[in-house]
Amino acid sequence: MCRENPGLSQCCTISGGKKLRKTTLLSATLVGFVGAPLAASANELVLYCSVQEEWCRVMAESFQRETGVNVLMTRRSSGETYAQIKAEEGQPRGDVWWGGTGDPHLQAAEEGLTAVYESPMLAELQDWALSQAAASGNRTVGIYAGALGYGFNTDLVDDPAPACWADLLDERFRDDVQVANPNSSGTAYTLLATLVQIMGEDEAFEFLGQMDENISQYTQSGAAPIRNAATGETAIGIVFMHDAVAQAVQGAPIATVAPCEGTGYEIGSMSLIEGGPNPENARLFYDWALSPAAQALGAEANSFQVPSNRNSPVPPESPSLDEITLIDYDFVTYGSSETRERLLSRWDDEIGARR
Amino acid sequence: MTPDEIRASRAAREKLAWLVLLALAVLVLPWHQSLPTGSTPLFPSALGLAAEGRGWLWPVVLALPLLVWAGFRDASSRLFLNIVLAGFAILVLQGFAVGLRGPAFDVLATVFPAAAQGQTGFGWGGFVAGLAFLGLIAHSLALRGFCRGDRFSATAVVFIVALLGLFVFFPILKLSMAAFVGPDGELAFGPFIGRVLAPEIWRLDCLTGGRRCGVVINSLMLGILAATISTALGLALALIVARTSFRFKQTLRALSILPIITPPFVVGVAIIVLFGRTGLLTQFGADVFDVRPTRWVYGLTGILMAQVLAFTPITFLVLLGTVEAINPTLEEASQTLGAGPVKTFFKITWPLLRPGIAAAFLLAFIESLADFGNPIVLGGGYEVLSTRIFFAVAGARYDLGHAATLAMLLLSLTLIAFWLQSRWLGRKSYVTVTGKSDAGLASTLPFGLKGVAWAVVIPFVIFTLGVYAVVLVGGFVHDIGRWDLTPTIAHLRTAFAFEVGTAGFEFYGSAWNSMKTTLLVSAIAAPLTTAVGIMTAWLVARQDFAGKNAFEFGTMLSFAIPGTVVGVSYVAAFNVPPVDITGTAAILVICFVFRNMPVGMRAGLAAFAQIDRSMEEASQTMGAGGGVTLRRIVLPLVKPAVFTALVYSFVTAMTAVSAVIFLVSARHNMATAYIMGRVEAGEYALAITYSTVLMIVMIVCIVLIQLLVGARKLGRRREFQGQITPAE
Repeated sequence: MCRENPGLSQCCTISGGKKLRKTTLLSATLVGFVGAPLAASANELVLYCSVQEEWCRVMAESFQRETGVNVLMTRRSSGETYAQIKAEEGQPRGDVWWGGTGDPHLQAAEEGLTAVYESPMLAELQDWALSQAAASGNRTVGIYAGALGYGFNTDLVDDPAPACWADLLDERFRDDVQVANPNSSGTAYTLLATLVQIMGEDEAFEFLGQMDENISQYTQSGAAPIRNAATGETAIGIVFMHDAVAQAVQGAPIATVAPCEGTGYEIGSMSLIEGGPNPENARLFYDWALSPAAQALGAEANSFQVPSNRNSPVPPESPSLDEITLIDYDFVTYGSSETRERLLSRWDDEIGARR
Repeated sequence: MTPDEIRASRAAREKLAWLVLLALAVLVLPWHQSLPTGSTPLFPSALGLAAEGRGWLWPVVLALPLLVWAGFRDASSRLFLNIVLAGFAILVLQGFAVGLRGPAFDVLATVFPAAAQGQTGFGWGGFVAGLAFLGLIAHSLALRGFCRGDRFSATAVVFIVALLGLFVFFPILKLSMAAFVGPDGELAFGPFIGRVLAPEIWRLDCLTGGRRCGVVINSLMLGILAATISTALGLALALIVARTSFRFKQTLRALSILPIITPPFVVGVAIIVLFGRTGLLTQFGADVFDVRPTRWVYGLTGILMAQVLAFTPITFLVLLGTVEAINPTLEEASQTLGAGPVKTFFKITWPLLRPGIAAAFLLAFIESLADFGNPIVLGGGYEVLSTRIFFAVAGARYDLGHAATLAMLLLSLTLIAFWLQSRWLGRKSYVTVTGKSDAGLASTLPFGLKGVAWAVVIPFVIFTLGVYAVVLVGGFVHDIGRWDLTPTIAHLRTAFAFEVGTAGFEFYGSAWNSMKTTLLVSAIAAPLTTAVGIMTAWLVARQDFAGKNAFEFGTMLSFAIPGTVVGVSYVAAFNVPPVDITGTAAILVICFVFRNMPVGMRAGLAAFAQIDRSMEEASQTMGAGGGVTLRRIVLPLVKPAVFTALVYSFVTAMTAVSAVIFLVSARHNMATAYIMGRVEAGEYALAITYSTVLMIVMIVCIVLIQLLVGARKLGRRREFQGQITPAE
């Protein structure tokens, strides 16, 4: 085994003092090897959050203050969070998935990734919030609603101001429109599903293909386009209208558009992750998040969605859903795995592949 | 007792310790991370689980009595070694044979019905058993003459090989297998070929007027451009510092450290703030030329700017070494023979610079390929391999096969670059530092060349200063993106707010979680990295054992693998049993240790080369073993290498992003991943604030490490002792 070479003396003779070094080496290896099973501690909640980071932070902090539960929060777009929960199936590491458009929540419910829970708070909710629970067999529930639209930077867009979806094909907006990638963002998927419902599927993809000429970048997060429009990096961002309003409220030169052809809307949802590590804290959070006090936190964090509890104050800045031409968005169909995956892979093949 | 008897009794005690550890692991400790569903054994140990019907654990359990029997008969026998090796092999095999959702082979399910319930990853029991087996292997090998019978060295070699195998080679193996997995989970060649030859990887449309090129073409173009420009700039800087009477040389050297401690993304953000569509300079340019401001900076241009800024200091340091090492006598000879300064430069200096230039170019090229932070911030629609890999794993349409294929492509490109580098440098002799006296002064630069160098360097320095000015200011003003420069600490408060409540400190700032994890992980990883690195260097430099060359090559390979590839390979390998450690802090530590260990090793090797073996030999002659010699003699002498390794591994752990981004979780988020989220959401000010805080923390920590490690005390006489007596 060993190369015999007695002439060299550099190799070690056997003698004392080995124990200490060996234990050091051993403990070093041990830390490397076995640090793994040292996880799980007591009073925690792992929160997957899919609204704007600012709102996520306020929610985590307030819950922590009220209950003393240490909240470990990650913000990811709803599509990404869905993918993460799917990847962790069998060994879930998250407890609650709060926020984000309803479609991926419904898909997760359909695939059994989220848990059935009937909160005592359900009685106080709006009908549209309950419809989400009904469609999923109580695996998810609506927490807020908001209509899709777009915002434009008034410094960069001259008259006539755009007012319809069709205006986005205008040549003067070449390389000046941004929207998220529907694979990662629920916002962009809502746009995809909305256009399909307004125009029909083939026409919608035709439209998206033409609009692609004007798109400078498909971002990861749904609201990033409007932030970029606010700083002037792009002229138009396709987002939920409340996100555009939020920028305007903070002083950005952003005008909000409710497209004339009609538009879809989201029911932002919340689900408990099946088999999460802290189920009790998860239910505690769930009930708390449906209370008027918790829902009022959104406006504090510049998020102007319409809250789902009937007793929650509606922020005055919220785009009123009554004054917008809303289509009859089919959440059951467009939230199903089958439709979602078909539309997304068609988007990849026809739009994404051009990039 | 005679020394031989002492030795024998020590060996016996060690053997006993390993056997006790194995017994503990198999009989007492919980074998799995968590109990499989529907399982209620008396003990959660391997024995308990095996007795409960999980029969595939029996071989591991039964290895214990066999080993005790064989070990007490003769631990140096071939039989004992074979049993230990078999035991270890069985341990590994059973881990893979039954996965989380059932057995890998149908046969197992018929023999052991319980296998259908699956098993989770190794817990304490599984890992400690692995440890004990490895210890016994080393013990037995040492008794059989491996490493000249030194048990300490043998143990070190066996453990390092096992760790490298598990954390470097196994993930890469899993990754290359993942590249061959089809959409339905079957192993096949077809999907791999399809993915590799896909037009989105290779197409050349952008050269012929189309919209976009393939992602490999994009990566290559970016790499070559970034490497060329930063090598040219680095050369200009090096020539100015070494060959002109430039006054602020020390400042320039100090500044070149800056990019190393700059967290990723922040430079990209600063560039957007300056050159984005509403950026200060874009607006200014648009006003001057009366054109509509555009998004010109997004894409190749922007990534290139950020990369040149980051890589020029590296090429500068490499080339400065080369320029300073050139023996002036050659240039003097050329001038004495009548050549002018220009001719001397191009005929003598330039050829001698070539190896340095090749090294700098390839280094920058490799860094550019591996870069993830800049393309993701500034890329716009310009996709490179590292970002594509990330989105294939982190996006909503998780496709590990696609990511793995791209990762293999990236790895091949990097390895080719490394291979080229070693070939280029290997061929000719460039030795000019001979030790012969050279009283000559380096010739100064020819006038024209000096002008060119200055013309290149001045804009670069201004650009660097501008970017860092934005970084410095951006965190503490209201909104740097819109040039709202009202001073504020609101961002600092968002990130790092805390209150002193009844229960002590309450941390409410949103950055605390990631900050704590980052500090903890870096603080654990740095000493471990250093220990493993220096230990490896010591084994390579001072020990002789079978397979040493392969061992050295293996350690260097882990350095060549781009971070993104490491990240994906860890996801592929450690997301499933038997070693299921994703989502833990341990995987972050491990990732850093094995990525940065080669740097500690290189520093160690360089240090060992300076230290004569006679001191170690003296120590051993006087009866100290390998371990004592290492601790009492070697370590105090290689303190500078320890310092380098500690600082490098600490700083890299704080700023690394490409591998880490795949491994973070809600519980263990890292600072860089958090900053990336803020940048993506457009919260530039918060990202900049956090980066500034990180840089300050890093500087403080480097100073602390310096104090902790201390200087090497060489005990040289400080002054001349005795009298100089004039010659009679």
